[in-house]
Amino acid sequence: MSWLDRAASDTQVTHRQRLWLYALAALVLAFLALPTLIVIPMSFSGSQYLEFPPREWSLRWYRNYLGSSSWMQATATSFQAGALTMLVATPLGTLAAYGLFASHLRAARWLHTLMLTPIIVPVILVAIGVFYVYVKIRLVNSLAGIVLAHSMLALPLVMLVVGSALKSFDMNQEMVARSLGASRARAFWTVTLPQIRFSLVSAALLSFLTSFDEVILALFIAGGNNSTLTRNMFNALRDQIDPTIAAISTLMIVVTTLGLLLAQFYGRKRD
Amino acid sequence: MTLRQRAAVPITLRGLRKRYGEVRALDDVDLDVRSGEFLTLLGPSGSGKTTLLMVLAGFIRPDQGRLLFGDDEVTRLPPHQRDIGMVFQNYALFPHMDVAANIAYPLKLRGIGGAEQQRRVEAALQTVQLAGYGARRIDQLSGGQRQRVALARAIVFEPRIVLMDEPLSALDKQLRERMQIELRQLHEQLGTTTIYVTHDQREALTMSDRVAVVNGGRIVQLDTPRALYEQPANRFVAEFIGESSLLPVQRDGDVWRCAGQAIAHSGAAPSGARACLLLRPERVRLLGAEGGEGLNVLPAQVSGIVYQGDSFLLQARLADGHAISLRGIAGAAVLDSLPAPAAAVRLGFAQADTVLLPDET
Amino acid sequence: MHDDGPNAAGLKRDERRERLALLGLSAPALLLVFVTMVLPVGWLFALSFLADDATFSLEHYRRMLEQPSYGRTFVTTFKVSVFTTALCIGLGYPLAYALSQMSRRAAGLCLIAVLLPFWTSLLVRTYAWLVLLQRKGLINEWGIGLGWWDEPLALVHNLTGTLIGMVHIMLPFLVLPLLAAMRSIDADLLKAAANLGASPARAFRTVFLPLSLPGLLAGTLIVFILCLGFYVTPAVLGGGKVIMVSNHIANDIELFFNWGAASALGVVLLVLTLALLWAATRLLRLEQVLGGSHR
Repeated sequence: MSWLDRAASDTQVTHRQRLWLYALAALVLAFLALPTLIVIPMSFSGSQYLEFPPREWSLRWYRNYLGSSSWMQATATSFQAGALTMLVATPLGTLAAYGLFASHLRAARWLHTLMLTPIIVPVILVAIGVFYVYVKIRLVNSLAGIVLAHSMLALPLVMLVVGSALKSFDMNQEMVARSLGASRARAFWTVTLPQIRFSLVSAALLSFLTSFDEVILALFIAGGNNSTLTRNMFNALRDQIDPTIAAISTLMIVVTTLGLLLAQFYGRKRD
Repeated sequence: MTLRQRAAVPITLRGLRKRYGEVRALDDVDLDVRSGEFLTLLGPSGSGKTTLLMVLAGFIRPDQGRLLFGDDEVTRLPPHQRDIGMVFQNYALFPHMDVAANIAYPLKLRGIGGAEQQRRVEAALQTVQLAGYGARRIDQLSGGQRQRVALARAIVFEPRIVLMDEPLSALDKQLRERMQIELRQLHEQLGTTTIYVTHDQREALTMSDRVAVVNGGRIVQLDTPRALYEQPANRFVAEFIGESSLLPVQRDGDVWRCAGQAIAHSGAAPSGARACLLLRPERVRLLGAEGGEGLNVLPAQVSGIVYQGDSFLLQARLADGHAISLRGIAGAAVLDSLPAPAAAVRLGFAQADTVLLPDET
Repeated sequence: MHDDGPNAAGLKRDERRERLALLGLSAPALLLVFVTMVLPVGWLFALSFLADDATFSLEHYRRMLEQPSYGRTFVTTFKVSVFTTALCIGLGYPLAYALSQMSRRAAGLCLIAVLLPFWTSLLVRTYAWLVLLQRKGLINEWGIGLGWWDEPLALVHNLTGTLIGMVHIMLPFLVLPLLAAMRSIDADLLKAAANLGASPARAFRTVFLPLSLPGLLAGTLIVFILCLGFYVTPAVLGGGKVIMVSNHIANDIELFFNWGAASALGVVLLVLTLALLWAATRLLRLEQVLGGSHR
């Protein structure tokens, strides 16, 4: 009996009867995965337009990117902002998640919801609001301003990730540690923290990516010398289709993939 | 090389109260635990026994009351300053450390390191019969071994008090019974005042110097295991510990009657016209058509017989319809001569085996 | 020896102090959210009710009802959101279903195809579609080359391109919660249905489909709410012809410096979003709705 005739489900539908479903699913998966990958050969193409297969291969767009001071400056800013956001949002979010989780106060639920509002409120509204305030306190176009705003966006993600890790963590261990002589802080540091570190790494990576990929806030408050990569890319996209963007995009895909692999690897190591 | 023995301390609880909304988790609890005693808090779930243990440990703050370890008032001390060793039901071992590191954890917190730390860890491992297991990882251990490591970790720093919260309920029956004996021996060796929480009455009776039966946030009776079994204070304790038949009896002048028959009882009788007669099934005897001199005898009708391997349970109904049980050793001769269902039988029990409990209807 | 007085008060104080200390751990985070979000948005809220001469006025809101450009913006936003959501459901439900029926391993491999674009930058994906859909882009080259059509199709800088881009971005937001919901359906229920005499189609319709609806609802709401406030994709792939609420807000600021109008529109968007979320929490738990990340 070929694979086609074997049962595919609990209701004894065969694979043959489901071929249409598999075909449709494959098409949707291709729709999701392939377009992004188009960017990669495009970045190596010698001409302004994408030909498939490319008539001439060249590294000129990469050279263009690496040689341009404005692009390099923007890249540096984006990495800096991302790293700093990671360093700000992760500890703040972790402490907040732990504090709200352990306090058992009813007010904690309201505060928790308040902390999740950056996900709920439309980013465009936050962007113009922050822009308005930053202009008044002279924080526009500054790295500090960008980091603060991005950290605010990343906070809910950190809290959700760390919060769920805490919920599935056996708090008895902290109790035992305290009964053995450790203060709350010491127990958290020596017992709880080492065991939720995978979630912390995920949260940190999420914070970095949130900042690195962020466009809308950057459009308003990341200008001048502190323009981010995403802001420059967005403006370039609106003006003309510069294939340098293909090179940058390829590099960003590589960074994202590396980040995901790192997160997966770190996760597996724990088991 | 084993752990040193430290001077044991008594524990005093006075007027402990704890409410959660309308529910009184602890209802004015007073308790005196003697130095070096092994005291068990026994009760059904929701009785407050675990709450009491948590108050002792410092994880739950009472609304009011006093708690003393020896002469020290510890009521407001945080858990990590109370110098207690604690063992949980699910062991709560630190999976990211090996066995030795787990046991060394409290020592490190107290600034005991180096050679002294190692010596004590070895001593603790030996005490729980796990010598040489230091380098093992937690997930390599069986349930019983994990419990021993948890125990070693709780005693390595010689706490003045040990608290155990149903530590054996996650183990299977055979292992549990073996560990009960080992824990008892360990207690005798170390002599530390120990408070043990369980819902298993058999476990409580096996291991304890005294048992405090807890229900509804109160200590219903505090006594030695034998006294609890032989002279329960009320119906709840009687039913919670061991098997029981509870029969209503009425006062008739100077005499108490059960199903119309006069009963000779021992011990104090409660006041009032009605009471509850407690009979343990293993103290009731199956009599022939004659016999039963010196015993209380009640006629009954057999309603069922259950074979249970080492013993059998005979269930019967008295003249007034109330149920009574009899448990007997199952020998071949006995089993062959058991009465048929619905047969009329005569059940006998000694005066010394009667307990009259207050009527609670 | 019954002492209540001293310890009762002291114990209560200890309890409160500990709880406040724990809450205090979240103080820095709360401060950050307050300063960078609550305050600015609150300011905007106030701004929307102020006329140019700083008096209380409803002119910004009135303008929304009077000027036709606002009406067009709302219609466009609604159109894009509804179409995108519908397409996501049409494409996403079968995909999620297929994934839920595979072994964990096979599904894990296929999920990479879903997660990789999900984690790739928004701009990169939008750019990729720009490249694919332009007049001399890949799709047109292939279509003409294969003889499917003669003239290059206008696939970008219009509603079509925007929709394609939005569906591509939003699909994972629908598929992931839906897949999670489908996986939590007890397989025994389908076996029971078959056992009781239901045909596979019937078992699906009467058992599986209803049980998957909460997950579908959660995904749909996430997608719809995200669509309402979306900015980047319509801006790039719409070519200035697809103006959704967020684009309109940005234009009001960047081109006209009209803070009053922009904030009023923003408030409307916020109220709409909150209303939808409130409706969602009536039907589902909040955690289900907020599972995905926000772009």
